[in-house]
Amino acid sequence: MLTEFGRVLIFLIVGLIFVALGLVTAWLIRPNRPYPSKLTTYECGETPIGDTHVRFNIRFYVIALIFLLFDVEVVFLFPWATVYKDLGWFAFIEMMVFLAILFVGYAYVWRKGDLDWDKPEPKIPRYERGFGVREHQLVEEEVAL
Amino acid sequence: MGLLDQKFENGNIIITTADNLLNWARLSSIWGMQFGLACCAIEMMATGASHYDTDRFGVFFRGTPRQSDVMIVAGTVTLKMASRIKTLYDQMSEPRYVISMGSCSNCGGPYWEHGYHVLKGVDRIIPVDVYVPGCPPRPEALIEGIMKLQEKIRNESLAKKKTA
Repeated sequence: MLTEFGRVLIFLIVGLIFVALGLVTAWLIRPNRPYPSKLTTYECGETPIGDTHVRFNIRFYVIALIFLLFDVEVVFLFPWATVYKDLGWFAFIEMMVFLAILFVGYAYVWRKGDLDWDKPEPKIPRYERGFGVREHQLVEEEVAL
Repeated sequence: MGLLDQKFENGNIIITTADNLLNWARLSSIWGMQFGLACCAIEMMATGASHYDTDRFGVFFRGTPRQSDVMIVAGTVTLKMASRIKTLYDQMSEPRYVISMGSCSNCGGPYWEHGYHVLKGVDRIIPVDVYVPGCPPRPEALIEGIMKLQEKIRNESLAKKKTA
Protein backbone atom coordinates (compact mmCIF):
# COMPACT_ATOMS: atom_id res chain seq x y z
CA MET A 1 0.00 0.00 0.00
CA LEU A 2 0.85 3.66 -0.17
CA THR A 3 3.24 4.88 2.49
CA GLU A 4 3.18 8.40 3.94
CA PHE A 5 5.99 9.46 1.64
CA GLY A 6 4.19 7.82 -1.27
CA ARG A 7 1.55 10.52 -0.92
CA VAL A 8 4.28 13.16 -1.05
CA LEU A 9 5.55 11.52 -4.22
CA ILE A 10 2.07 11.64 -5.76
CA PHE A 11 1.82 15.33 -4.81
CA LEU A 12 5.18 15.95 -6.48
CA ILE A 13 4.17 14.13 -9.66
CA VAL A 14 0.79 15.90 -9.87
CA GLY A 15 2.51 19.22 -9.26
CA LEU A 16 5.02 18.58 -12.03
CA ILE A 17 2.29 17.51 -14.48
CA PHE A 18 0.23 20.59 -13.56
CA VAL A 19 3.08 22.98 -14.23
CA ALA A 20 4.23 21.19 -17.38
CA LEU A 21 0.67 21.11 -18.76
CA GLY A 22 0.24 24.82 -18.17
CA LEU A 23 3.53 25.70 -19.81
CA VAL A 24 2.96 23.43 -22.80
CA THR A 25 -0.61 24.71 -23.34
CA ALA A 26 0.61 28.30 -23.19
CA TRP A 27 3.43 27.48 -25.60
CA LEU A 28 0.96 25.92 -28.04
CA ILE A 29 -1.69 28.62 -28.16
CA ARG A 30 0.05 31.92 -27.44
CA PRO A 31 0.84 34.37 -30.22
CA ASN A 32 4.52 34.39 -31.04
CA ARG A 33 5.71 37.52 -32.80
CA PRO A 34 9.06 38.40 -31.26
CA TYR A 35 11.05 41.44 -32.29
CA PRO A 36 14.18 42.94 -30.70
CA SER A 37 12.45 45.74 -28.79
CA LYS A 38 9.96 43.29 -27.27
CA LEU A 39 12.71 41.00 -26.04
CA THR A 40 14.69 43.69 -24.22
CA THR A 41 15.07 43.45 -20.47
CA TYR A 42 12.36 45.25 -18.53
CA GLU A 43 13.94 48.19 -16.74
CA CYS A 44 10.87 50.39 -16.17
CA GLY A 45 11.04 51.61 -19.74
CA GLU A 46 14.67 52.65 -19.56
CA THR A 47 17.30 51.23 -21.87
CA PRO A 48 19.20 48.57 -19.92
CA ILE A 49 22.83 49.55 -19.49
CA GLY A 50 25.68 47.28 -18.42
CA ASP A 51 25.68 44.09 -16.44
CA THR A 52 23.18 43.15 -13.72
CA HIS A 53 26.01 41.71 -11.62
CA VAL A 54 27.29 45.04 -10.37
CA ARG A 55 29.84 45.35 -7.59
CA PHE A 56 28.88 46.98 -4.32
CA ASN A 57 31.21 49.51 -2.78
CA ILE A 58 33.44 47.86 -0.18
CA ARG A 59 32.68 50.70 2.24
CA PHE A 60 29.18 49.32 2.73
CA TYR A 61 30.77 46.21 4.18
CA VAL A 62 32.47 48.03 7.06
CA ILE A 63 29.35 50.02 7.89
CA ALA A 64 27.22 46.86 7.79
CA LEU A 65 29.63 45.02 10.06
CA ILE A 66 29.65 47.82 12.64
CA PHE A 67 25.87 48.07 12.44
CA LEU A 68 25.55 44.34 13.04
CA LEU A 69 27.70 44.53 16.19
CA PHE A 70 25.61 47.25 17.78
CA ASP A 71 22.44 45.61 16.60
CA VAL A 72 23.40 42.49 18.55
CA GLU A 73 24.17 44.71 21.53
CA VAL A 74 20.57 45.95 21.50
CA VAL A 75 19.35 42.37 21.23
CA PHE A 76 21.28 41.62 24.44
CA LEU A 77 19.88 44.73 26.12
CA PHE A 78 16.24 43.72 25.76
CA PRO A 79 16.31 40.50 27.87
CA TRP A 80 18.57 42.28 30.30
CA ALA A 81 15.98 45.02 30.72
CA THR A 82 13.22 42.48 31.45
CA VAL A 83 15.10 40.68 34.26
CA TYR A 84 16.90 43.79 35.52
CA LYS A 85 14.60 44.22 38.53
CA ASP A 86 15.16 40.67 39.81
CA LEU A 87 18.94 40.67 39.47
CA GLY A 88 19.59 44.18 40.73
CA TRP A 89 23.12 45.58 41.00
CA PHE A 90 24.80 42.44 39.68
CA ALA A 91 23.00 42.75 36.35
CA PHE A 92 23.71 46.46 36.18
CA ILE A 93 27.48 46.08 36.65
CA GLU A 94 27.60 43.10 34.31
CA MET A 95 25.89 45.03 31.54
CA MET A 96 28.04 48.10 32.13
CA VAL A 97 31.16 45.96 31.64
CA PHE A 98 29.69 44.60 28.42
CA LEU A 99 28.80 48.09 27.19
CA ALA A 100 32.26 49.39 28.15
CA ILE A 101 33.95 46.71 26.03
CA LEU A 102 31.76 47.59 23.08
CA PHE A 103 32.33 51.28 23.68
CA VAL A 104 36.08 50.75 23.40
CA GLY A 105 35.46 49.15 20.03
CA TYR A 106 33.21 52.05 19.06
CA ALA A 107 35.89 54.59 20.03
CA TYR A 108 38.46 52.61 18.07
CA VAL A 109 36.29 52.56 14.94
CA TRP A 110 35.59 56.27 15.30
CA ARG A 111 39.24 57.14 15.79
CA LYS A 112 40.26 55.05 12.79
CA GLY A 113 37.81 56.99 10.65
CA ASP A 114 35.77 53.94 9.60
CA LEU A 115 32.52 55.78 10.33
CA ASP A 116 33.31 58.46 7.79
CA TRP A 117 32.19 57.73 4.25
CA ASP A 118 35.37 59.27 2.94
CA LYS A 119 38.36 58.50 5.10
CA PRO A 120 40.08 61.75 6.16
CA GLU A 121 43.57 60.43 5.53
CA PRO A 122 43.53 57.76 2.91
CA LYS A 123 46.77 55.84 2.76
CA ILE A 124 47.79 55.59 -0.86
CA PRO A 125 50.45 52.95 -1.25
CA ARG A 126 53.74 54.48 -2.42
CA TYR A 127 56.34 52.49 -4.21
CA GLU A 128 59.89 53.32 -3.24
CA ARG A 129 61.42 51.53 -6.15
CA GLY A 130 60.24 50.64 -9.59
CA PHE A 131 58.06 52.39 -12.07
CA GLY A 132 54.34 51.84 -11.22
CA VAL A 133 51.04 53.22 -12.44
CA ARG A 134 51.40 56.28 -10.25
CA GLU A 135 54.77 57.14 -11.65
CA HIS A 136 53.44 56.78 -15.16
CA GLN A 137 50.68 59.19 -14.21
CA LEU A 138 53.19 61.71 -12.87
CA VAL A 139 55.24 61.50 -16.03
CA GLU A 140 52.12 61.96 -18.14
CA GLU A 141 51.15 65.02 -16.11
CA GLU A 142 54.58 66.47 -16.62
CA VAL A 143 54.39 65.83 -20.33
CA ALA A 144 50.96 67.44 -20.43
CA LEU A 145 52.29 70.54 -18.69
CA MET B 1 3.92 28.06 -32.10
CA GLY B 2 0.74 30.11 -31.93
CA LEU B 3 -1.56 27.26 -33.02
CA LEU B 4 -4.72 29.20 -32.17
CA ASP B 5 -3.50 32.58 -33.36
CA GLN B 6 -5.54 33.50 -36.44
CA LYS B 7 -4.76 30.17 -38.12
CA PHE B 8 -8.30 28.88 -38.81
CA GLU B 9 -10.66 29.50 -41.66
CA ASN B 10 -13.84 31.41 -40.92
CA GLY B 11 -17.33 29.90 -40.60
CA ASN B 12 -16.56 26.94 -38.34
CA ILE B 13 -19.00 26.24 -35.54
CA ILE B 14 -16.29 24.88 -33.23
CA ILE B 15 -14.23 28.03 -33.70
CA THR B 16 -17.20 30.17 -32.77
CA THR B 17 -17.56 28.36 -29.48
CA ALA B 18 -13.84 28.53 -28.80
CA ASP B 19 -13.99 32.22 -29.65
CA ASN B 20 -16.68 32.78 -27.07
CA LEU B 21 -14.88 30.81 -24.40
CA LEU B 22 -11.46 32.36 -24.95
CA ASN B 23 -12.78 35.88 -25.34
CA TRP B 24 -14.85 35.54 -22.20
CA ALA B 25 -11.77 34.31 -20.34
CA ARG B 26 -9.64 37.15 -21.66
CA LEU B 27 -12.14 39.95 -21.09
CA SER B 28 -12.79 38.78 -17.57
CA SER B 29 -9.17 39.17 -16.53
CA ILE B 30 -7.76 42.28 -18.12
CA TRP B 31 -4.63 43.08 -16.16
CA GLY B 32 -3.45 46.62 -16.38
CA MET B 33 0.07 47.86 -16.26
CA GLN B 34 0.81 49.71 -13.06
CA PHE B 35 2.00 53.14 -14.01
CA GLY B 36 0.58 56.63 -14.02
CA LEU B 37 1.82 59.83 -15.56
CA ALA B 38 -0.16 62.70 -14.08
CA CYS B 39 -3.39 63.65 -12.30
CA CYS B 40 -5.36 61.10 -14.33
CA ALA B 41 -3.39 58.45 -12.46
CA ILE B 42 -5.02 59.66 -9.23
CA GLU B 43 -8.41 58.96 -10.77
CA MET B 44 -7.10 55.62 -12.02
CA MET B 45 -5.99 54.74 -8.48
CA ALA B 46 -9.42 55.74 -7.21
CA THR B 47 -10.96 53.48 -9.86
CA GLY B 48 -8.81 50.60 -8.72
CA ALA B 49 -9.48 51.19 -5.02
CA SER B 50 -12.35 49.74 -3.03
CA HIS B 51 -14.98 52.37 -3.81
CA TYR B 52 -15.11 51.84 -7.59
CA ASP B 53 -13.30 48.52 -7.46
CA THR B 54 -12.19 47.50 -10.95
CA ASP B 55 -11.44 44.10 -9.49
CA ARG B 56 -15.05 43.14 -10.20
CA PHE B 57 -14.20 43.50 -13.91
CA GLY B 58 -11.07 41.43 -13.40
CA VAL B 59 -8.88 44.50 -13.78
CA PHE B 60 -6.01 44.82 -11.42
CA PHE B 61 -2.57 46.19 -11.88
CA ARG B 62 0.65 44.29 -12.46
CA GLY B 63 4.12 45.64 -11.95
CA THR B 64 5.59 44.34 -15.19
CA PRO B 65 4.60 44.66 -18.85
CA ARG B 66 5.14 40.92 -19.36
CA GLN B 67 2.09 40.11 -17.26
CA SER B 68 -0.21 42.90 -18.32
CA ASP B 69 -2.86 42.94 -21.05
CA VAL B 70 -3.80 46.59 -21.08
CA MET B 71 -1.77 49.73 -20.76
CA ILE B 72 -3.81 52.58 -19.32
CA VAL B 73 -1.97 55.72 -20.38
CA ALA B 74 -3.19 57.94 -17.57
CA GLY B 75 -1.89 61.45 -17.94
CA THR B 76 0.30 63.85 -19.82
CA VAL B 77 2.71 62.11 -22.16
CA THR B 78 5.77 64.30 -22.23
CA LEU B 79 8.23 63.83 -25.05
CA LYS B 80 10.72 62.45 -22.56
CA MET B 81 8.19 59.85 -21.40
CA ALA B 82 7.04 59.00 -24.91
CA SER B 83 10.06 56.87 -25.75
CA ARG B 84 9.66 55.01 -22.45
CA ILE B 85 6.00 54.36 -23.17
CA LYS B 86 6.91 53.01 -26.59
CA THR B 87 9.48 50.68 -24.98
CA LEU B 88 6.99 49.54 -22.35
CA TYR B 89 4.35 48.90 -25.00
CA ASP B 90 6.86 46.89 -27.00
CA GLN B 91 7.70 44.84 -23.94
CA MET B 92 4.10 43.87 -23.29
CA SER B 93 3.13 40.38 -24.39
CA GLU B 94 0.45 40.00 -27.02
CA PRO B 95 -2.50 40.33 -27.17
CA ARG B 96 -2.14 43.82 -25.76
CA TYR B 97 -4.45 46.79 -25.58
CA VAL B 98 -4.13 50.47 -24.83
CA ILE B 99 -6.62 52.72 -23.09
CA SER B 100 -5.81 56.37 -23.55
CA MET B 101 -7.15 58.12 -20.47
CA GLY B 102 -7.79 61.85 -20.38
CA SER B 103 -7.39 64.75 -22.75
CA CYS B 104 -3.61 64.91 -22.48
CA SER B 105 -2.95 61.43 -23.78
CA ASN B 106 -5.87 61.66 -26.23
CA CYS B 107 -4.65 64.73 -28.04
CA GLY B 108 -2.34 66.79 -25.85
CA GLY B 109 -5.17 68.38 -23.89
CA PRO B 110 -4.38 71.82 -22.44
CA TYR B 111 -0.88 71.51 -23.89
CA TRP B 112 -2.21 71.21 -27.41
CA GLU B 113 -1.08 74.62 -28.61
CA HIS B 114 1.80 75.79 -26.44
CA GLY B 115 3.05 72.58 -24.84
CA TYR B 116 6.51 72.41 -26.33
CA HIS B 117 7.28 69.32 -24.23
CA VAL B 118 4.08 67.29 -24.65
CA LEU B 119 3.27 64.63 -27.18
CA LYS B 120 0.05 65.61 -28.98
CA GLY B 121 -1.72 62.34 -28.38
CA VAL B 122 -0.28 58.98 -27.38
CA ASP B 123 -1.71 57.45 -30.58
CA ARG B 124 1.20 59.00 -32.41
CA ILE B 125 3.51 56.35 -30.94
CA ILE B 126 1.31 53.37 -30.01
CA PRO B 127 -2.03 52.08 -31.30
CA VAL B 128 -4.89 53.06 -28.99
CA ASP B 129 -8.00 50.91 -28.58
CA VAL B 130 -10.18 53.06 -26.36
CA TYR B 131 -10.11 56.80 -25.77
CA VAL B 132 -11.55 58.02 -22.47
CA PRO B 133 -12.38 61.74 -22.63
CA GLY B 134 -12.19 64.04 -19.62
CA CYS B 135 -9.73 66.19 -17.76
CA PRO B 136 -9.36 64.10 -15.73
CA PRO B 137 -12.09 61.55 -16.45
CA ARG B 138 -14.11 60.44 -13.47
CA PRO B 139 -13.68 56.82 -12.35
CA GLU B 140 -17.07 56.02 -13.93
CA ALA B 141 -15.71 57.20 -17.27
CA LEU B 142 -12.64 54.97 -16.96
CA ILE B 143 -14.88 52.04 -16.04
CA GLU B 144 -16.88 52.71 -19.19
CA GLY B 145 -13.62 52.71 -21.13
CA ILE B 146 -12.76 49.33 -19.64
CA MET B 147 -16.22 48.03 -20.57
CA LYS B 148 -15.74 49.30 -24.12
CA LEU B 149 -12.48 47.38 -24.26
CA GLN B 150 -14.27 44.28 -22.98
CA GLU B 151 -16.80 44.75 -25.76
CA LYS B 152 -13.96 44.91 -28.26
CA ILE B 153 -12.35 41.76 -26.92
CA ARG B 154 -15.73 39.99 -26.95
CA ASN B 155 -16.04 40.63 -30.68
CA GLU B 156 -12.56 39.45 -31.56
CA SER B 157 -12.05 36.18 -33.41
CA LEU B 158 -9.36 33.58 -33.75
CA ALA B 159 -10.27 33.26 -37.41
CA LYS B 160 -7.72 34.31 -39.97
CA LYS B 161 -8.01 37.95 -40.93
CA LYS B 162 -9.05 38.46 -44.55
CA THR B 163 -6.34 40.30 -46.37
CA ALA B 164 -7.91 42.39 -49.09
